[in-house]
Amino acid sequence: MVTFQMENIHKSFENHGLSRKVITGIDLEVQAGEFVAIVGRSGCGKSTLLRLVAGLEQIDEGQLKFHHGDEKNNGIRVMFQDSRLLPWRKVWQNVALGLKKDGKSKAEQVLEEVGLTPWKEDWPLVLSGGQRQRVALARALVHEPGLLLLDEPLGALDALTRIEMQQLIERIWQQRHFTALLVTHDVAEAIALADRIILIDEGKIKLDVAVNLSRPRKRGSSAFAELEAKILNELLGLEEETRSPQHLQPVAGIS
Amino acid sequence: MKRVLPWIIPVLILLFWQWGASWGWISARTLPAPLDVLKAFVRLVKSGELMDHMQVSFERASIGFAIGGGIGFLLGLVNGMFPVASRLLDSTVQMIRNIPHLALIPLVILWFGVGEEAKIFLVALGVMFPIYINTYHGIRQVDGSYIEMAKVYGLNTWELFWHVILPGALPSIFVGLRFALGFMWLTLIVAETIAANAGIGYMAMNAREFMQTDVVVLGILLYALLGKGADVIAHLLEKSLLKWHPNFQKGGA
Ligand SMILES: Nc1ncnc2c1ncn2[C@@H]1O[C@H](COP(=O)(O)OP(=O)(O)OP(=O)(O)O)[C@@H](O)[C@H]1O
Ligand SMILES: [Mg+2]
Repeated sequence: MVTFQMENIHKSFENHGLSRKVITGIDLEVQAGEFVAIVGRSGCGKSTLLRLVAGLEQIDEGQLKFHHGDEKNNGIRVMFQDSRLLPWRKVWQNVALGLKKDGKSKAEQVLEEVGLTPWKEDWPLVLSGGQRQRVALARALVHEPGLLLLDEPLGALDALTRIEMQQLIERIWQQRHFTALLVTHDVAEAIALADRIILIDEGKIKLDVAVNLSRPRKRGSSAFAELEAKILNELLGLEEETRSPQHLQPVAGIS
Repeated sequence: MKRVLPWIIPVLILLFWQWGASWGWISARTLPAPLDVLKAFVRLVKSGELMDHMQVSFERASIGFAIGGGIGFLLGLVNGMFPVASRLLDSTVQMIRNIPHLALIPLVILWFGVGEEAKIFLVALGVMFPIYINTYHGIRQVDGSYIEMAKVYGLNTWELFWHVILPGALPSIFVGLRFALGFMWLTLIVAETIAANAGIGYMAMNAREFMQTDVVVLGILLYALLGKGADVIAHLLEKSLLKWHPNFQKGGA
């Protein structure tokens, strides 16, 4: 499992000679085995933050520190919204991508875990969207990552498939104990999965709340609905609701 | 019935052609009867002449293809993989490409005479550009998100090339291959007809001097057959390497 710390991270992009600040000072510490969800408006820099952690973008300013646990599983893997399966490799070959040895048997084992054994010899193009994301999840898990980064992995799925996938992700996370960072548009998804929800606005952390609901979380429960309304209101910039101290612990000093 | 249908008209044409020739409506000087072409075929096979000519043509085609295709493929790879190389080389290659290679025939004969080198050189030149361009563009078109994914998943440069870039470029490379095969036969026909002392084109040109229209037509048909053969092989190769491609699934094209 991986612990990581962000200290005063800044990131801007050059566009036609104009510099646009996307991340403007983020401090965040994620504990080993913790499941953290990031929510925020479209374009607020969620993906950018995730890509910084993945090493896909360079940090302009600030520090990002990783503390790897002593077990062998300490790599970082990303699951993208578009599954990014290679169409020229069969399902199991996609899962085995980048494995140095025992590729096939390891891939088959993980495909069993995500319930795709009957499809292992198929081409990705014949799979449904949900099945493709399962393959993408299997491909990430086969490396036994210490930190799994998920960028709206379920964004393109229908509501029912999405809930099934959330349950699958939660189950596997509980079994395998990795650290997870999930970017999502769906507040209910964040509440269903995360230990902690981070709300980003204008490149800063606006809200950092622990979700103290027991798992598996019931979507119908009043505590769930209350928290969802709270975060949605915060997202929409509405402030009329009072904060319920049981579930929400806003970080001090953040506007 | 469905399988027979497309063949009805060609067979009818062949029959009318045969009748027309044997009843004297079509003069043997204009067009020999299909049966006469067949007889010429049998005669030349028996004398061993045909096999010799075909072998010469086949060797020219394959050596020229191997050289030109190899150079085009390597250039395409290097330019596709390394932007610096493409800056340096691409515009030069594009300039050379604009010269129709068949226009070089007089110059090539001056350089090499009518020997094998001339024909191989021309074939290689004709084959090189379609392979180059399609390999280059195929590699450039590979989805950047796959490459990003491959990096996250720890692939090294060789694995990235072998598992991601090359397979991604393959459909385009096959388009180049098909074009190149077409150019290969075309170049060979022209080169053999103009300057050669062996090969199918030479056989046909030689027969013309003796008014052997049956051999001339046979030469034309042989070129058609060889062209078709190369195309079929390319198609089979494509089918086995691009099994994953939507075009090749569930009995598609
Ligand atoms: N490579 C890049 N070059 C220039 N600008 C970029 C680049 N990547 C992101 N941006 C800009 O940074 C901002 C934040 O983008 P980001 O993708 O992180 O948003 P997001 O929060 O993930 O949005 P969404 O929810 O729609 O996915 C956007 O304004 C975007 O245009
Ligand atoms: Mg995004």
